[in-house]
Amino acid sequence: MFIINCPYCGERDQTEFSCGGEAHIERPKQPTELSDDQWAEYLFMRKNIKGIQFERWNHIHGCRKWFNVVRDTSNDKIHAVYKMGERPPVK
Amino acid sequence: MSNNLRINKNNFIDQTVRISFKFNGRRLFGYKGDTLASALLANNIHLVGRSFKYHRPRGIMTCGSEEPNAIVQVGKDPALTDPNVRATEIELYEGLEAFSQNCWPSVNFDIGGINNFLSPLLPAGFYYKTFMWPASFWEKYEFFIRHSAGLGKSPTKPDQDLYDHQYVHCDVLVIGGGISGILSAKLSAEKGLNTMLINDKSHLGGSTIYQNDDIFKINNETSNLWLKNQIEELKKIPNLTIKNRTSVAAFHGYNYLLARENLTDHLSAHERKEKIRQRLLKIRAKKVVIATGAIERPLIFNNNDRPGIILSSSIKKYIDYYGVKTGESISLFTNNDSAYETAISLNKSGVKVKVIIDIRENSNSILSEKIEKAGIKILKGYTITNTDGYKRINSIDVMKLSKDGENVIGSKITYKCDCLGISGGWTPMVHLFTQSGGKLKFRNNDNVFIPDENKTPSEQISVGSSNGDFELDDVINNTVKNIKVFLGLDKNNYENLDIKCSKEKQKRNIWLLPSNKPISRTKPFLDFQNDSTAKDVKLALREGFKSIEHVKRYTTTGMGTDQGKLSNMHALGIIADTTGTNMGELGTTTFRPPYTPLTFGAIVGRNVGEFFDHTRRTAIHDWHLENKAEFENVGQWKRPWYFPKNGETMYQAVQRESKAARESAGILDASTLGKIDIQGEDASEFLNRVYTNAWSKLAIGKCRYGLMLNEDGMVYDDGVTTRLGENHYIMTTTTGGAANVLSKLEDYLQTEWPELNVYLTTVTDQYSTMSICGPNSKKIIAKIIPSLDLSDESFPHMSFKNSKIDNVNCRIMRISFTGEHSYEINVQSNYAKDVWERCIEAGKEFNITPYGTETMHLLRAEKGFIITGQDTDGTLTPSDLQMDWIIGKKKYDFIGKRSLYRSDTIREDRKQLVGLLTDDPKEVLEEGAQLVESLEKPIDMLGHVTSSYFSPNLNKSIALAVVRSGKKLKGKKLIVPMKNKNINVTITDTVFYDKENKRLNA
Ligand SMILES: [Zn+2]
Repeated sequence: MFIINCPYCGERDQTEFSCGGEAHIERPKQPTELSDDQWAEYLFMRKNIKGIQFERWNHIHGCRKWFNVVRDTSNDKIHAVYKMGERPPVK
Repeated sequence: MSNNLRINKNNFIDQTVRISFKFNGRRLFGYKGDTLASALLANNIHLVGRSFKYHRPRGIMTCGSEEPNAIVQVGKDPALTDPNVRATEIELYEGLEAFSQNCWPSVNFDIGGINNFLSPLLPAGFYYKTFMWPASFWEKYEFFIRHSAGLGKSPTKPDQDLYDHQYVHCDVLVIGGGISGILSAKLSAEKGLNTMLINDKSHLGGSTIYQNDDIFKINNETSNLWLKNQIEELKKIPNLTIKNRTSVAAFHGYNYLLARENLTDHLSAHERKEKIRQRLLKIRAKKVVIATGAIERPLIFNNNDRPGIILSSSIKKYIDYYGVKTGESISLFTNNDSAYETAISLNKSGVKVKVIIDIRENSNSILSEKIEKAGIKILKGYTITNTDGYKRINSIDVMKLSKDGENVIGSKITYKCDCLGISGGWTPMVHLFTQSGGKLKFRNNDNVFIPDENKTPSEQISVGSSNGDFELDDVINNTVKNIKVFLGLDKNNYENLDIKCSKEKQKRNIWLLPSNKPISRTKPFLDFQNDSTAKDVKLALREGFKSIEHVKRYTTTGMGTDQGKLSNMHALGIIADTTGTNMGELGTTTFRPPYTPLTFGAIVGRNVGEFFDHTRRTAIHDWHLENKAEFENVGQWKRPWYFPKNGETMYQAVQRESKAARESAGILDASTLGKIDIQGEDASEFLNRVYTNAWSKLAIGKCRYGLMLNEDGMVYDDGVTTRLGENHYIMTTTTGGAANVLSKLEDYLQTEWPELNVYLTTVTDQYSTMSICGPNSKKIIAKIIPSLDLSDESFPHMSFKNSKIDNVNCRIMRISFTGEHSYEINVQSNYAKDVWERCIEAGKEFNITPYGTETMHLLRAEKGFIITGQDTDGTLTPSDLQMDWIIGKKKYDFIGKRSLYRSDTIREDRKQLVGLLTDDPKEVLEEGAQLVESLEKPIDMLGHVTSSYFSPNLNKSIALAVVRSGKKLKGKKLIVPMKNKNINVTITDTVFYDKENKRLNA
């Protein structure tokens, strides 16, 4: 059980948060222009990395804000936390 | 009565307080300070249980949590009995009653013992191999296995004990109350750090606290006295918390640990009353010091499992700490110096040490000199090849080891003894270290896995023998040095202690000791609880198992309640030797939490019964109670299910309620529906994007039904949303979907459409909703709010008005989930019960009938309205539900739109919602029943029933179902095959009642 540094509230226990999966997958602006395969790529395909992963987290039992987390899935070390819309830190 | 095995001198047992207890029905006595094990040994009872597979007699083998044999059932109260308790850990209390496990009919005569003679037939994997075929025999095998095997009995009644959870935050957590833990805690607390010291025993001091020989001295005091003073000082430090009888079960990432504190297990029944039994500590520590010590290894030789064979260091603790002799004539068998310490203690206490068998060719140390001076015989370079004695060891056979240790040579010597101490060296307790993510390294010279300091997670340190330091000077000096760096301390008092101790010079390790018999005819036990032998491990390797994790499972080595604390290292050693692998490369099996078993009570704490989950009640709940509602759980909500009158059944009540609602007036508490207040200048655009239909043109004061999809095109939720103002809407969701819908909408607003100026607020609890339906609903509303213009022109279907009942603001919506003319009154929840009672009062002359969820479901089914989550299951598109009319064809985009014309979603043979009528109108289908076209095998399943009722208003059975290609099948006959009959049905339209919607304006 790790501790997440919510960019709005500060450090809180993991139980206050929920994970929203891989980050930086933008909803296509013009879905109607996409082929079935392109739409399926957006809809279904997600990475499952052992190591550094960019994730969306929601402080669901706190400020309810969404933000991004850079987490090493092999040891749960969190390398960075940043707000939605901010650029990911360069590795 | 046997000889008195209690010697009269020690500091830890209070011989003035005699305690009576029962073991297997026999009344016995011990003293305050005893464990069950020490008291049994003092009564000369070694035989305490039977082994798992062969039912061999087994005795107390250790003095701690690693005990594999002495596990007992405590108590016989069906609510409080506790299985699998280690006799070596439970403290004696007045009235303690314990029973042997895994033996039938008794520990002295056990029918399963016959397995011992069948043992050539019970090799590794026996259960897997034998009981696989023929499959139909399993039930017979199972009866036999369940009856003769198995550990303790579970309680059969609810646990009456209280359990607690507590969050703990500290600067430094020290795990282990031995000398290294005490020094660490003292250094930390003296620095002013908020420190917690956790100790799994009732007393501090580990094994040093009874190390009273003058070979071991610190600053010219014997080590036990020096440590005793340290503990006295420690107890005075205010910023230190000591938790005795507390065991860390799990060490997770970010220094989050779970520990179980035993508060009453050592007390008699009347002292326990009203007290909390166990407390689960949830600890978040800035820094963690692991000082969990080491446990002694057994030696693996033929028949090494007889009662009376005990770890050498445990014999020492029983004599020095508990004052109990484990035998009158004791031999010791060792590969290291620690058995010599035991010999010295026994010798001092007047117990005859017959012989020490040491597999080493040489052993020169201060300890060995002292032994030889005392005239105790040491056989160097020898091994034990066999033992004898069924319920208690009575002799050992000893032979000389060959130089390479592979064979025995010369002739056999037999020694009589009633107890054998064994020592195979020490295993650091690295469980918690590895649980936290640390990696181990192998130290070749004494064959131990120790924490790799380069692969240790940050903010933790291992010290003392859990870090591989086994001698007093190393333990103290390294602990002090490393803690100083770890905690950033200045110079301290412990850096230049004058420490005297014996140093071990020779080492020799043989994982599987040879015998004069071929291995196939020996029983060298590895895992004493699960009865796996060295033979089993070798067999597994021959049969092709290579991974240690597989060998472990195949042979069940290390899979008992002790989790192989004694046996794992030998299993690894034998695998490494047999396969010619280096142990460091082989690695270990995974250490998983919990380190020692946790009770379910401690895990759940207070979260039982009514505290298991939140219960949500509407503001009108008390009225429902007064009016004898039966309730249904919908998520956390309690909703009235139906209101039985005069002993009605549910069916009768629902039939009556449904008729009343259509014939005159019904009233429903709809407060549990989710309500989301939506405000902001882009609110209309936002609704356009989240619902399938168009919203921008909805006039202020109007309501609209909306369907919400997932991005995959499947129906997610539905409800009516009302435009309250230019930039202000109120959305209703399903009861169960409320929280998820809000989260999903927030997600889109925050992450995909941050440019939209929209604010969402949940107001589910703030507003209560009552729905009044039926042809007389209008008259009832007119009575309550005479000023309101209820004409169809002013207040048509799907519109809303702000109004007042006395001074209370309310929102009235004219919307309908029953197909009847109906109104929804929304008021602030604290006025809801009053408003509800006014409706009931005003409706009396119209026989207004309160109805619950069951009638609501029936009425909407008559109209073919779906319930998301009942008629849908996340695999149906709007088109599958025959709701194409709700798709805004002209809208460029909305959530899920693109998915509606994927190749899969446009298939015509998808399951689609249809209505069903039974050929026999009295026959009501079961929800979930399958639909087929013919009974010819193989039977093709076409779909299933999702909703089914007997409609009192139509006087026939109706149902909704999803059926493959259902839209095209109107009029088709299908069969619903049930257990004892086949029901014929016909596919129909989904709307059964008032197809023209005339009643909405009736
Ligand atoms: Zn937050």
